[in-house]
This record gives sequence, C-alpha cells and structure tokens, in this order.
Amino acid sequence: MLHIVNQSPYQSSTLASCLRLLQPGHSLLLIEDAVYAADSAGSQQAALQQAAARAKVYALKPDVEARGLGQRVMENVTLIDYSGFVTLVAETSTSHSWL
Amino acid sequence: MKKFMFVNRKAPYGTVYALESLEVVLITATFDQDVSLVFLDDGVYELVKGQQTKGIGIKNFSPSYRALEGYDVEKLYVDADSLAQRGLSEKDLLVPVEVLSGQQVAELMQQQDVVLSF
Repeated sequence: MLHIVNQSPYQSSTLASCLRLLQPGHSLLLIEDAVYAADSAGSQQAALQQAAARAKVYALKPDVEARGLGQRVMENVTLIDYSGFVTLVAETSTSHSWL
Repeated sequence: MKKFMFVNRKAPYGTVYALESLEVVLITATFDQDVSLVFLDDGVYELVKGQQTKGIGIKNFSPSYRALEGYDVEKLYVDADSLAQRGLSEKDLLVPVEVLSGQQVAELMQQQDVVLSF
C-alpha cells in the first residue's frame, strides 16, 4: 500500500491521519507542501521518524528543492524524482492520495 | 495614504496565495500606500533561502522579496513562534526581517486601516 500526502503538516491534519493508519510494510510518499514534514529541524520531525521506523518514507525531490529543503531533509527519507514516483505507483497494488 | 497589512500564511508553491499576495503588495506599493507584510504559520516558508524550482516547472518568485525594497516596501515582519516551530531562524531567510512575538503582531495589526489575508 502506498500513501501519498500533499498537505503541509502545519496547516492540515492529513498527514497525522495518514500516519495513524500507516502499517508496517506500507510506503509513504510526501509531495508538494507535505515535504515540509521531512525537514530534520522542524517540530513535525518526530512523528515522521516514528513512521520511518515501520514504513518506507519517500519525498519528491523536485518539491523538496523548490522549497529550499535540499540540505534539511531527514536521513531516513528517500528522495525520488518523477520517474521514481511512477515506478513506485506501478509497483504498488493500491495507492491512496490523501486529500 | 492608508496603512495596508498583508498577512501571509501559506507555503509558496502548493497554492497560488503567496504569489498572488506578492502581486497585490506591488500594486499597493505603486499607489504610494504604507505597506507592511507579516509572515505567519507556513507563510514563513515563502522567505526561505535556496528555493530551486526548475524541477517543478514553476517560476521561483522568492527573489522578488529582495526587490520589495526598491518599491519602498521595507516593513517585513515574521512571527517568532512560526519560525521556531519549523526549526528556522532569521539566517535561513533571504531578506532582512523584524522578528516579532504574537502579541507584537497583534498590536501592529490593530494599527492598520486595511488588513488583507493570503
């Protein structure tokens, strides 16, 4: 199962709801404003660390770079490009784009 | 002349609010009004250094904040709590700003003729 989140964790509860349902073996992809959750210095960092311990966490690199987070992303978050995004969706049986 | 305050609360590229605010700020400044900008909540992300938007195909408008000075827009205020919550400090920002407490932001807001929220 792949969870895709695009909302800032500071502006909406979407990521928190997703993390509550995130099971071991699932994948989480942060895109658009959700990439702020992966900032190693931000106060949302702990919640994502816990998630990364049980699931694979990805962030879309072009969105990370656009927001000036290039050097600030948590170590256990894997950066992927658009083709990596496509591969991830193609490889996963079910995707959920959270709104 | 009226006192205009623009309250910026959104991150730069996920929605169009940040860019729209900047456009209205420039228009207001052209009419020689007293303009203040406040950055609250995710709005502080608008000012973060090092934005590189080539990969998302959207214009990087962050250098425009540095051009505001040329329009005599020099009152840029940032909420201290919003910065701290996001692990940011003044040195992470691309323009000189005045960092204020929530109380100070509220006082400034009360002194305005017009407050516009983005």
